[in-house]
Amino acid sequence: MKTPAMKTDDILWEPERYELEAGPAYRFETDRREFLQLLGGGILLVLVLPHTADSQQESGRRGGGRMPQDLGAWLHIGEDGTVTVYTGKVEVGQNARTSLTQAVGDELGLPPSAIRMIMGDTDLVPYDAGTFGSQSTPNMVPQLRRVSAAARELLLDLAAENWKADRAALVVSGGKISDGKGHAADFGSLTKGQKLVKTIAANTAITPATRWKLAGTSLPKVNGRSFVTGAHRYASDMKLPGMLRGKVLRAPAWGATLASVDTSAAAAMPGVTVVHDGAFVGVAAASEAAAERALAVVKADWKTTPQPSDSELFDYLKKNVRQGRASPANASGSIEEGLAAADHKLSQTYTVAYIAHTPLEPRAAVAQWTDGKLTVWTGTQCPFRVKGDLVEAFGLPENRVRVLVPDTGSGYGGKHRVLAAAEAARLAKAAGAPVKVVWTREEEFTWAYARPAGVIEIQSGIRKDGTVTAWEFHNYNSGAFGIRTMYDIANQKIEFHATQTPVEQGSYRGLAATANHFAREVHMDELARLAGLDPMEFRLKNLKDERFRAVLQAAASKFGWGRGKAGGGRGYGIAGGFEKGGYVATCAEVVAAPGGKVQIVRLVSAFECGAIVNPDHLRNQVEGAMAQGIGGAMFEAIRFADGKNLNPHFSSYRVPRFSDMPVIESILLDRKDLPSAGAGETPIVGVAPAVSNAIFDACGIRLRGLPLVPKTLPAKA
Amino acid sequence: MVELHVNGKTHRLDVDPERPLLSVLRDELDLTGSKYGCGEGQCGACTVLVDGTAVRSCILPAGSAKGKKITTIEGLELNGHLHPLQEAFLEMQAMQCAFCTSGMIMSGAALLAKNPNPSEAEIARQMEGNICRCCVYPRIVSAIRLAARKGREVSQR
Repeated sequence: MKTPAMKTDDILWEPERYELEAGPAYRFETDRREFLQLLGGGILLVLVLPHTADSQQESGRRGGGRMPQDLGAWLHIGEDGTVTVYTGKVEVGQNARTSLTQAVGDELGLPPSAIRMIMGDTDLVPYDAGTFGSQSTPNMVPQLRRVSAAARELLLDLAAENWKADRAALVVSGGKISDGKGHAADFGSLTKGQKLVKTIAANTAITPATRWKLAGTSLPKVNGRSFVTGAHRYASDMKLPGMLRGKVLRAPAWGATLASVDTSAAAAMPGVTVVHDGAFVGVAAASEAAAERALAVVKADWKTTPQPSDSELFDYLKKNVRQGRASPANASGSIEEGLAAADHKLSQTYTVAYIAHTPLEPRAAVAQWTDGKLTVWTGTQCPFRVKGDLVEAFGLPENRVRVLVPDTGSGYGGKHRVLAAAEAARLAKAAGAPVKVVWTREEEFTWAYARPAGVIEIQSGIRKDGTVTAWEFHNYNSGAFGIRTMYDIANQKIEFHATQTPVEQGSYRGLAATANHFAREVHMDELARLAGLDPMEFRLKNLKDERFRAVLQAAASKFGWGRGKAGGGRGYGIAGGFEKGGYVATCAEVVAAPGGKVQIVRLVSAFECGAIVNPDHLRNQVEGAMAQGIGGAMFEAIRFADGKNLNPHFSSYRVPRFSDMPVIESILLDRKDLPSAGAGETPIVGVAPAVSNAIFDACGIRLRGLPLVPKTLPAKA
Repeated sequence: MVELHVNGKTHRLDVDPERPLLSVLRDELDLTGSKYGCGEGQCGACTVLVDGTAVRSCILPAGSAKGKKITTIEGLELNGHLHPLQEAFLEMQAMQCAFCTSGMIMSGAALLAKNPNPSEAEIARQMEGNICRCCVYPRIVSAIRLAARKGREVSQR
């Protein structure tokens, strides 16, 4: 088997490739005839994305047996009236299943219960790069609205024709069309057993936010009951007849390679299948315990190579810049002139550690081979990417691999690539039976990928009145998201430098925007102090962007910024920014004293991401991101030495728990005049700088590295 | 042979009594509402009730639950009605990915059974062993408080 592990080059550029360019590595075609047979009668509406007119023509020339390649979404109305929507997006807790249902319900005048949403099944849904980058709301919601609106218009056409009625007088409501004069028909009967396929263009008109009925309301999670009863089957809960459990041999350290392996003892155990294929060694047996016993008797010799340790990490990143891999500089004016014009200059370095997503559902997959076709159920944010990995790993034709994604136990950017899929598939192939592989928590910590660590250097200058005159910003390794400053600075130079990474890294909620906002917003606080200005006043002085100003002012007002403090070592901090279409500002109140622990008392965030699709679920995302952000801000860090993860357990890698929760408040600004943006990521970025700034305010200790306070504060400033 | 009383049913199972209860519930009885989150008793996703006490089934040998009354999330409904805490989780939307939800509800149900009117601080202390990586903690506290309030209203009727 070809190892699905990525090359160093891919790993380095993983976040950029997957979130900026989002170009598909593969394009899979679905056979239209096969698909229509599967659907039966009724109406199928297919949305063609605008930039793909060429490929559409091309597929037409091939005789129409194929679907056009770049399809956004499709929707089917069956003869029984069932409305089924097909999307490549997946549900990982962000409640996309619910928000997408709201969009469809709005356009078709249907209650949520009448809509079936098929998500992330690669045989049934159009290609989608993945669920990341806060793209479901800005991209998939309008696409589903378009197919739904087109379906509604088609049904109106059919009804008007059937009844020889005035089309304008027809009303669509509750899954029925009526003319107010005694004619009424449900969607299914209007199709009259026909098979209608209509391809629609991306410019189909959709309902503006001001006229939404179902969207814009706090519809509860559509399948919520299945979670509170334990009935929902995550990939890790699946069970197939005759299914075996698989375990995979792991290296003792990152970078270690297999020198030799003896699997004979394991192979001699009854009911055990052993696979040794290239770098892959795994076992399958009837139970997890039996698989563990078999793996325990596999004897392996490993060749290790020297690996950097966390104590030297930031030096390492600075010394291992990959030549020619800097981003094009965002530059304007002249740093030299800006610094020459400054009354105060400041140079500081900021750092962020590698952190783990450690989603509560570990990586899991169930694989089954039937007549040479591979079917894998797994929890991933990128079903088509996992499919592509399987196609490549097994050298299969694209139509011989199907990936299905049950609603998944979270990802936070950590489940783009899921190696458990290929592991289960390889073992299932050898065993001739379905195999389930569920990673242990330790495997998840050690063999998943991390949020990138980074070093950020800022050199700046301000005039006495607080005007920022120069801003030079260099980010080493952590990424380019959110790297540009929102402040109005005449002279700036901003660069991202790719480096080697000792820990495998990838996407994460907000990704580099957290590091870049942390460095920028702490530095802005330092400059405010240099200027002798209130940090809020200093920001507004250097800021024209009205949307950013609005969230800063909303957060400050709710928080009571500028009001007297209760005393007793209390400090206030503020920070904010813009990323992925959303604006956020966060205020923090802490109690902190030199040598002691830090208590976050209160976090208040204002968030604005255009027209709000589901207020309660948006609040849930915003407040969840704030609470999760406390971990990366305060104490989360992957510790490592000699290629070993030193804290691969919840007992040694601390994540936020109940007692870490401050009072959390959020203000949501609803801009119905603006398109909706995603909200899963950006609300996390203000937490760390706001808390750092509040700690300085409380006790004069300036913290420039994340995590800020893994244990206690230094004894003095 | 281990005899287990789970959700009102008795099962005689040919399993190693040292095997974790979680593994027996999930793999032998197909009760997959209880989740594997860490296997070390650190996250609470596997929480079930044993004689009314919340326990981490991933580190409890199945044999030690012999003869005791085991309740899993699948057994919390009564006569087709959700437990008040299940209702409260829905009402407060106290979940995102919901992988922790079963364990949270089981821990919360045990807490409410012993303390029908817990303060927020008491809830945080009792629930500290349950991890929600989506960090929906404040809503979970609200859901437990809501279920407590409804429980008191019922008992005062």
